[in-house]
Amino acid sequence: MSHPSSYEPTNGFSKWLDKRLPVLRMMHGQFVEFPTPRNLNYLWTFGAILSFCLVVQLITGIVLAMHYIPSGDHAFESIEHLMRDVNWGWLMRYSHAVGASMFFVAVYVHMARGLYYGSYKDPREVLWILGVLIFLLMMATAFMGYSLPWGQMSFWAVTVITNLFSSFDAILPGAGTAIVRWIWGGYSVSETTLNRLFSLHYLLPFILVGVVALHIWALHVVGSNNPAGVEIKSSSDSVSFHPYITMKDGFAMSLFWVAFAWLIFFAPNYLGHADNYIEANPLQTPPHIVPEWYFLPQYAILRAVPDKLMGVIAMFGSIVVLFFVPWLDTARTKSAKYRPIFKWFFWLFMFTCIALGYLGAKPAEGSYLLWSRIFTAYYFIHFLIIMPIVGVMETPKKLPNSITDDVLGKSGSSAATSATGGGETAPAAPENR
Amino acid sequence: MKLYSKFVQWSALLAAIAITPALMPQGANAASTAPHIERQDWSFAGMFGFYDRGQLQRGYQVYKEVCASCHGMKFLHYRNLSEPGGPEFSKEAVKYLASTYEVQDGPDSEGQMYNRKGRASDAFVSPYANEQEARASNSGAFPPDLSLITKARNIHEEVPFYMAPLKIAQDIATGYQEGGADYVYAIMTGYADEPEGMELADGMSYNKYFSGHQIAMPNPLAEEVVEYTDGTAMTVENYAKDVTEFLMWAAEPKLEERKRLGFRVLFYLLTLSGLMFFVKRIVWKDIPH
Repeated sequence: MSHPSSYEPTNGFSKWLDKRLPVLRMMHGQFVEFPTPRNLNYLWTFGAILSFCLVVQLITGIVLAMHYIPSGDHAFESIEHLMRDVNWGWLMRYSHAVGASMFFVAVYVHMARGLYYGSYKDPREVLWILGVLIFLLMMATAFMGYSLPWGQMSFWAVTVITNLFSSFDAILPGAGTAIVRWIWGGYSVSETTLNRLFSLHYLLPFILVGVVALHIWALHVVGSNNPAGVEIKSSSDSVSFHPYITMKDGFAMSLFWVAFAWLIFFAPNYLGHADNYIEANPLQTPPHIVPEWYFLPQYAILRAVPDKLMGVIAMFGSIVVLFFVPWLDTARTKSAKYRPIFKWFFWLFMFTCIALGYLGAKPAEGSYLLWSRIFTAYYFIHFLIIMPIVGVMETPKKLPNSITDDVLGKSGSSAATSATGGGETAPAAPENR
Repeated sequence: MKLYSKFVQWSALLAAIAITPALMPQGANAASTAPHIERQDWSFAGMFGFYDRGQLQRGYQVYKEVCASCHGMKFLHYRNLSEPGGPEFSKEAVKYLASTYEVQDGPDSEGQMYNRKGRASDAFVSPYANEQEARASNSGAFPPDLSLITKARNIHEEVPFYMAPLKIAQDIATGYQEGGADYVYAIMTGYADEPEGMELADGMSYNKYFSGHQIAMPNPLAEEVVEYTDGTAMTVENYAKDVTEFLMWAAEPKLEERKRLGFRVLFYLLTLSGLMFFVKRIVWKDIPH
């Protein structure tokens, strides 16, 4: 968000640098004085938490790659060597594995927050689309990373997922098979496949960093959305990023670290699958092939559709549909707080996602399959039918005039002061006015 | 008003959860065929769980005298047996133990492979040269490597779907990690005569807890097959318990180091969170939000 800069270079070097590359001025503008809505709740701390997750994955991942051998014969062994004989190797590996789960916990909360408060609406469409792109890249990276230990689940997950592309045979006979062989680099999942997955697993996070930079840039152009869903109108609506948001994010992040540390140190394997401690064996299929927990909803959608090609399309469609959410939601009111009908559908949708996650872990048979189909259908109905229709039909509740009104109205007893104008209680540091 | 609408929302959610089982077609949860396996008490379980030195040492004895005749442990080295957090045998004892094994080394300067006495730095010597030899000696079955067995197995606990989130939350909150150990213990103590009318395939044994109930491994344990010298009762249950604990250590040798560091990290982070809470409160003191 454009705002006048209050940056004053204080010493010789910063004055010299400011004339040549005003990078410190930019940092000051974006991460110190950046005006942020004062009414953000703790759901808004997940952006910072996600940045932290990405950094953890990069650092631990780079260290892991120093010890990892991407070979069919040695991949599993090299990881066991890391776990047993490298100083703090277990800490690096468990942090990376648990880190992937925590990354997805945070991203799902972040996305759900965006969906509830309408953070994808004008003017934040590009911000949202970049976010969906980040989610896609995360999924690709996580999938490739999961293949690297070359355990049974790694191997068979790669087999199942790469085989999805063979469904294109239904469109053009032979095309799908050709794509699959091209991906495999041979006639079956092998060391060649492992090597390219490793290469891409190392590459994608850096692309992710680039898209995250764009995401943050886009955020800083339009500014944060907020629970009231009304934009910043005056300086009393906002606080400076530092120290208000940094300290709030800091508190939330330290709680996130507690949960993170709990899993790393006291339940590092809980979220993993036991079968991945068995070395990959192409001749023996595990009784149940299941992905990591964070892919279970998508997996349930894939298996819910009887036709293979349509299943693949539905699975990818479940992500692609998110790109169109800014235009599928016809309501002008951003926050579901003020949308009495949509609010209910939002929670029904949350229930659907969790139900799909549960069903993804179950065998695709009997009533599990039936319910997978019902929830899959509802997943798409939510976006394609309910969002456009409810947006038009619903009468939203009255929005607060401004963010300041919203917070002062909320705090009850201090409402008296609001009568004299929110400007009196303006929280923003002087330089932001 | 706000509280009221929250109340309505939550009751609706709970009602939805309560009604759904009635809508579930019958038999939905009967899909599983895996036998039910009980959780056991383990010294290494939970936040404050650590290995029991004596139990690890007895467990190694059971492994060495019973399991090792068919099962290798390729990710372990003899030196691990004297390292902190494990059975902690003395360095001399481990050196002597290693020297009782014969290890192939080479090639020497003439290009010949030769046998020498084992050293503490050697990996555990496997009972078979390769999988083919193992299968040939076990009527086609391959005794799996035991280095990671307690992390490579798990127990399957069926709960109604509406209890699943609670169970997951409970397992995470208590740091439940012992499914593999529970499984191994169950298999070891699960041998019995086959029920009437059940026809076992050639060379197979009946096991209550093995999926399909036919297991190629003959019952490895019986009372007093391993001579304990510390007065521990020489029962099948004790052998199974001890060797499982040893196998857990083999799969997770850094468990003690991990938990010790975990205490410090958690203490630090909880303190930090407390301080951050007050910092945040003070910073935002005059700003309604």
